[in-house]
Amino acid sequence: MEVALAGLIGVFFAVAVYLLLSRSIIRMLLGVVVLGNAVNLMIFTVGRLTVEIPPIVPAGDYLPLEGSANPLPQALILTAIVIGFALFAFLLVLGYRAYQELDADNTDTMRLAEPPEAPRPPLSY
Amino acid sequence: MGPSIDVSIALVSVAPFLAALLAPWVKRFTGPLAGWVLAIVPASIFLFLAGFIGPVAENEVVRGGLSWIPAYGIAFSFFIDGLSLLFGLLISGIGVFIVIYSGGYLAGHPHQGRFFAYILMFMGSMLGLVLADNLFTLFLFWELTSITSFLLIGFDHSRQAARRAAYQSLVVTGGGGLVLLAGFILLAVMTGENSLTGLLTTAGLVQQHSFYLPVMLLIVAGAFAKSAQVPLHFWLPNAMEAPTPVSAYLHSATMVKAGVYLLARMSPILGGTGHWFWVLTLFGGVTLLLGGALAVRQTDIKQMLAYTTMGSLGLLVLLIGFGTKEAILGAVLYLCAHSLFKGALFMVAGNLDHGTGTRDITVLGGLREKMSVTFIAAVLAAISMAGLPIALGFFAKEEMYLAMVGGAWPDLLFLAVLVVGNALMMAVGVLIATKPFLGPLRPTPQAPHEVSPALFAGPVVLAVLGLVAGLFTGWLNVHLLDPTGGAIHNGAVDANIHLGLDPANPALWASVVTWALGALLVWRADAVRSALRRAGNAIGWTFDNGFDAFISGLIRSADAITRTLHHGRLEIYMLVLFIALALALYLPMIITGTLPAMPELAPLTFYEWGAILIAVLGLITVLLSVTRLAAIVALGVQGFAVAVIFMLFGAPDLAFTQFMVETLSVIILALVMTKLHLDARDHRMLEERVRDGAVALAVASGFAVMLVAVLGVDLDLSLTELFRATSTPIAHGRNIVNVILVDYRAIDTLGEISVVMAAGLAILAVIRVRFHEGRVPPARPAKSGPGRRRAKA
Repeated sequence: MEVALAGLIGVFFAVAVYLLLSRSIIRMLLGVVVLGNAVNLMIFTVGRLTVEIPPIVPAGDYLPLEGSANPLPQALILTAIVIGFALFAFLLVLGYRAYQELDADNTDTMRLAEPPEAPRPPLSY
Repeated sequence: MGPSIDVSIALVSVAPFLAALLAPWVKRFTGPLAGWVLAIVPASIFLFLAGFIGPVAENEVVRGGLSWIPAYGIAFSFFIDGLSLLFGLLISGIGVFIVIYSGGYLAGHPHQGRFFAYILMFMGSMLGLVLADNLFTLFLFWELTSITSFLLIGFDHSRQAARRAAYQSLVVTGGGGLVLLAGFILLAVMTGENSLTGLLTTAGLVQQHSFYLPVMLLIVAGAFAKSAQVPLHFWLPNAMEAPTPVSAYLHSATMVKAGVYLLARMSPILGGTGHWFWVLTLFGGVTLLLGGALAVRQTDIKQMLAYTTMGSLGLLVLLIGFGTKEAILGAVLYLCAHSLFKGALFMVAGNLDHGTGTRDITVLGGLREKMSVTFIAAVLAAISMAGLPIALGFFAKEEMYLAMVGGAWPDLLFLAVLVVGNALMMAVGVLIATKPFLGPLRPTPQAPHEVSPALFAGPVVLAVLGLVAGLFTGWLNVHLLDPTGGAIHNGAVDANIHLGLDPANPALWASVVTWALGALLVWRADAVRSALRRAGNAIGWTFDNGFDAFISGLIRSADAITRTLHHGRLEIYMLVLFIALALALYLPMIITGTLPAMPELAPLTFYEWGAILIAVLGLITVLLSVTRLAAIVALGVQGFAVAVIFMLFGAPDLAFTQFMVETLSVIILALVMTKLHLDARDHRMLEERVRDGAVALAVASGFAVMLVAVLGVDLDLSLTELFRATSTPIAHGRNIVNVILVDYRAIDTLGEISVVMAAGLAILAVIRVRFHEGRVPPARPAKSGPGRRRAKA
């Protein structure tokens, strides 16, 4: 199953990178979401997969069941999902406002920080 | 000596800095007397250092200092031997008169207090440089002299010429400082010693080392930049843009001698080899001749003096490179003589400027009665510069000629170079002392008048000192030449200078030739000058122009590189980033040969296949969908597929969170996107799609291959085992994932919540702030409830 998931993660990465290479802000945003899922799945897979037994200690016992899932990657991913969502929301608002102010969705037309005709540096003393 | 001496040696270099802090206030409260009051600082340093003349003459070396960076064995340490004592006395002694002179020269200048502060800071740096024991302490003060020199040259910063000169000197001397640092580090690594006193005990070993040549070249290059040797000489004449006290102090008597000091100091450590001899003598000789010739070409008195200073520095470098006992003694004598007469002559030039309003030697004339005290000082200084008997300059010249006469051909060649160079410099000195003062009175921009005592005190005292010092040869032999020459030569030199005009002495005849040649040059000064000017115009190119071309080339190429790399096209930045990522994934595996073999695919259940299939379908739909809504829904589909995968493999918490987040994302996206009139289709050209697709496949396959490689390695489960074993007994929680989040990694979770909160605040800010046609939004919007504004947005 890990190998199959490795292939799936590859598809996730391919789609994410392809979307991120676009000039359209909104497609890049979709790419960020897919990239987040790709990375989360990767962390999950690296922690090895176990079928169906969650890392929970049964009542009255002190140890989880034999063969339960690895809890460490799950804790890391939980944090990552939440932060990824915060990032997504922020980027979405940023893209939305950029569209409102600049009336553009194309990064090539958003050249406020690096204008195409930047002034030359002074050569005198 | 007791511990009190230790601290006070360090204080010698620190005291001027403290005085510099107070200087503006001293200026405010004492007004025109500020120069005289502040001169107390260098005067007391001079007296303190003079107290060491006796002990040092008895071969005592005084050391002291503080610990600085003990981890690297770097100490803020100082030591006094003959060489550093001579320099210390020159710096503080001439400094007294320079400070007094500055009080008169810049009287009424709005920034005179600042000027005093700069010049005192420079004095402290210079004293620290020559007294430093540790190489890195020396380097620190070395760079401080470059920086204070920059401030002083650019003091009149409203003029472009001053700004350019300051910039140029900083680039050259500061760059030289970095080269020097490289040399020092190599030297310290090579010998395991970073104090000069320690290095002096290894004399003779460094020359055997295989790194000797690079170390020697680096240190010599640093010294050449500071001491204006060809081809790094051009900054020195330009530095004459500084006020005259600065030219007199930094650019003739002290700072430019820092390079000479360093070469003299390094002479026992690095000297004595063929490389050392030829590098120093050749560069020194060329600098001497070029400086002398260019000096005669000038008409501005300060420029004439600047070029002779360059020539004198070349002379000193040549003598140190020559390295025989007589050459070293000649160098020491010339060093003293030059500091005294050149300091005096610069101040004379300043006085002429002050008294008449011009420094052009072809315009001035007949000032002997109007400026009689300045005239006397100029003549006395010129006598020493010309090397006439009883002046210190005479002994210097005799001693250096003595080093060369009677040798084989290279020695005689150097003798000829010295004679010509000295004659050129003598001619300049005599011209400056006679031309403006003799003959009929010529009209000048201002009515000529004698200057105030503050202005003539310095030149008179320095010129007289340079002259009468020759009467005390016995004292000089024991107290100046033996300790200083011994420090440079690293062995007894048994100085024996005395006034005797012995016709059998060939050195005397070399002097006579020098005088004759000098007199000839003075007589035909105008013809020589125009001939040299024609030659200069014929060449056309100067090192100064070369510097401009170099700097503008540097700026242009930096601009071109910036424009190439920072083209401002985001998709290209991203492309470069992802290509680098793909290389970072593949290259280590290929180089180390750890590419995994194609793994076997274990059989999957149908629902596992189902989840994977749904995810892939969602992803492809995201890529290809024509309408926005379809893309959003497809995004949700792939997210839910991920949640299902989490669910299947024992992570219900993750699955639950993922469901929530994906649902929210889809809803928010749908709400926002319907407000935007966007075209969801991809506008990329076909070749762009192919390119981006190839990069995406490379990155993605890189991750997949790396993941397979990682899965082939045993997983370290020790942390997992710890959490499993302790979650319930210690942390009292049954859901191990939750226990990790809120207990073991509680601080991380706090950080996570903070990030979410910060993102929320940022979102709020981005939504509320409105920019209208470049208008700056008001810091605090008008009063209205947050609910109302959100409704508006």
